[in-house]
Amino acid sequence: MSTVQRKRIALVGNPNSGKSSLFNQLTGLNQKIGNFPGVTVDKKTGVSVLSNNEKVEIIDLPGTYSIYPKSNDETVVADILLNKEDELFPDVLVVVVDASNLKRNLLLFTQMKDLGLPVILALNMVDMADRIGMGYDLELLEKELGALVISTNARIGEGIDELKKALENKVTVSGGSFFDVTELAKDQITDYLKEHPEDTAYWALQQLTTQGKIEQKDSVQAKDTTLRYGKINRLVKKAEVKKEAVGLKLYSEKIDKFLTHKIWGYVIFLSILFVIFQAIFAWASWPMDLIDIVFSELSAWLSSNLPAGVFTDLLAKGLVPGIGGVLIFIPQIAILFAFISLLEESGYMARVVFLMDKIMRKFGLNGKSVVPLISGVACAIPAIMATRTIENWKERMITIFVTPLMSCSARLPVYTILIALVIPDEYVFGVFNMQGLVLLSLYLLGFIAVLISAYALKRIMKTTERSFLIMELPTYKTPRWKNVGLTILEKVKTFSFEAGKIIIAVSIVLWVLATYGPGDNITNAEEHVKATLVDTNYTEAELNDKVASYKLEHSYVAKLGKAIEPAIKPLGFNWKVGIALVTSFAAREVFVGTMSTIYSIESADGDVNTIKARMGSEINPETGEPYFTLAVGLSLMVFYVFAMQCMSTLAITYRETKGWKWPALQTIYMSGLAYVLSLLTFNLFS
Amino acid sequence: MSKAKTVGDLKPGENGTICCFKDDHLSLKLLDMGCLPGTSVEMKFSAPLGDPICIDVEGYSLLLRKAEAHTISLVE
Repeated sequence: MSTVQRKRIALVGNPNSGKSSLFNQLTGLNQKIGNFPGVTVDKKTGVSVLSNNEKVEIIDLPGTYSIYPKSNDETVVADILLNKEDELFPDVLVVVVDASNLKRNLLLFTQMKDLGLPVILALNMVDMADRIGMGYDLELLEKELGALVISTNARIGEGIDELKKALENKVTVSGGSFFDVTELAKDQITDYLKEHPEDTAYWALQQLTTQGKIEQKDSVQAKDTTLRYGKINRLVKKAEVKKEAVGLKLYSEKIDKFLTHKIWGYVIFLSILFVIFQAIFAWASWPMDLIDIVFSELSAWLSSNLPAGVFTDLLAKGLVPGIGGVLIFIPQIAILFAFISLLEESGYMARVVFLMDKIMRKFGLNGKSVVPLISGVACAIPAIMATRTIENWKERMITIFVTPLMSCSARLPVYTILIALVIPDEYVFGVFNMQGLVLLSLYLLGFIAVLISAYALKRIMKTTERSFLIMELPTYKTPRWKNVGLTILEKVKTFSFEAGKIIIAVSIVLWVLATYGPGDNITNAEEHVKATLVDTNYTEAELNDKVASYKLEHSYVAKLGKAIEPAIKPLGFNWKVGIALVTSFAAREVFVGTMSTIYSIESADGDVNTIKARMGSEINPETGEPYFTLAVGLSLMVFYVFAMQCMSTLAITYRETKGWKWPALQTIYMSGLAYVLSLLTFNLFS
Repeated sequence: MSKAKTVGDLKPGENGTICCFKDDHLSLKLLDMGCLPGTSVEMKFSAPLGDPICIDVEGYSLLLRKAEAHTISLVE
């Protein structure tokens, strides 16, 4: 921490004004992403080094259209800028203005100016304005607005040096208000200014409004906005310098004819979703396998090279797999956010909302919910992180809540082994493979549950926030790779540090439960096993498998499995399945590993056919028939479709919703649903 | 009762001038977005399912739902 107080500079601007690009240009990799206290709005801060080597702190405030807040994002901005005591209250404001849409952007600028804050106007996207034939007399703008105007093109870094130069000097408040609001509430404002002579009339109006001292504040706000726009219109007309247009707008409209077409629009959207789905599924599996191998090798190496003991065990079997379990999600997170950031940057995401809004709204979701839901098929973790693009709180919560019901890739190995075990490899009507049909039904089951649950939540949840969709449809732009790269980095960092610590903690707890048990059964496992073996003709590997199996059977996890047996018996599960259900909490695919340990086939290296054969030969002592009947298998599959068995998902829900309420509700709801539907399935088929 | 024409009634390619708002709460948001009384807007296209719609406001494209468009009355 530096002892010298750094100058704090805040960036404000409309959404799509290129504010983030400017922030990236100013700070580069010196960024920190956090949250504004109490809300899930990204707080981006960074350090910029000016040319005189002075370091200044830059805050990227959320995009906003006006000082009168209409959303969570906008409230954050108003809260900071209207409170001089706020720890983030800036010394200088840089208002980023989209030159190709000057009128609407100047509303926010003049509001900022009239608050009496030191402001610099960054006239951004001048290239865009050029292309639509719009130019402005900068000197006139500077004079009329009473602020320094710097023309920038943040996408390619033009004007950044000039802006940094301007920040080196002291930015002063010059000239009076752009629009004097005193007349709108004359008595109150005059009284306020008598007490605070250093403040402006606009500052007074805003303070009085937030304190609830303005009667008919909506009508005052409407008058302020309307009259202010009137003055802006006159100024813009005066400052306009028309040039020849290149027809960029038409270009964007032509693309829209195609991308929002009633047939092609959906075909293209579905194709894009398919590519994303493929990418997270197929491309990510490669680095994921690599991470898996590296960590299991490391764990094996540690076990054999460090002196045996509790510490080595904790390190090799608890901590290292725990860290591996966090890192394994990074490829999927990186790939998903590469796509999402490309869609956002190019302007396509707004079209997705346009195409999907009507359908999704029926279910209490948002047009932007589609991307998280589809991503949920790969993994719920990046999917839940992706819901941040949904502004409406209720729609975002519903999306987070239902996303884990989509069958993720970790369920696939469980489905595969259970299907192989109980569903015959036969064809229906000669074309449809039974096993394939069952697999498809499991995915559909999850998706239907998503829609029904979302619809129910829409009805149940109360909100004061009205759902409306009034948003800008930005023109298409070529994405900047720097912005895409920084987004990926930011998301990966957030996940690793925030969700990572919970995941590692829970893996260690699970490791303790699976390694230790009551009494001396665990420590004397080898003798116990040897004593029970009648046949002395066994290999070392077989012995080790039997010992591992014995240990697991006598661990605390097994105690838990046996303890929950009465509860899961109606679903057709025995205590061995119970153990797998408990360990699945680390990650669902652990089911396969646990099953192979219980059936002591660890050394067969998790080969599906071996596990299948062993599980298939398990006999139900009550009936004398094979234990894994069709009813048990289907019941277990249904259970895995619905149950909340993923601590990583809970960790990320906790992080994204800022509390344990939503993760707790998710666990109760999903597991309750799993229980009831498994019960139903088991009784239906047995 | 005569029904004033609203932005929601415009067909693609049609123009209209905003007269007033029927919903006070929404009007504040619409004003922020530059939809002022006296502003001319053009209906550009609607989503394949007819809702939401895209209108041109002073040179930029604004997306809004049909229900919201119906709260903006036009000058006769």
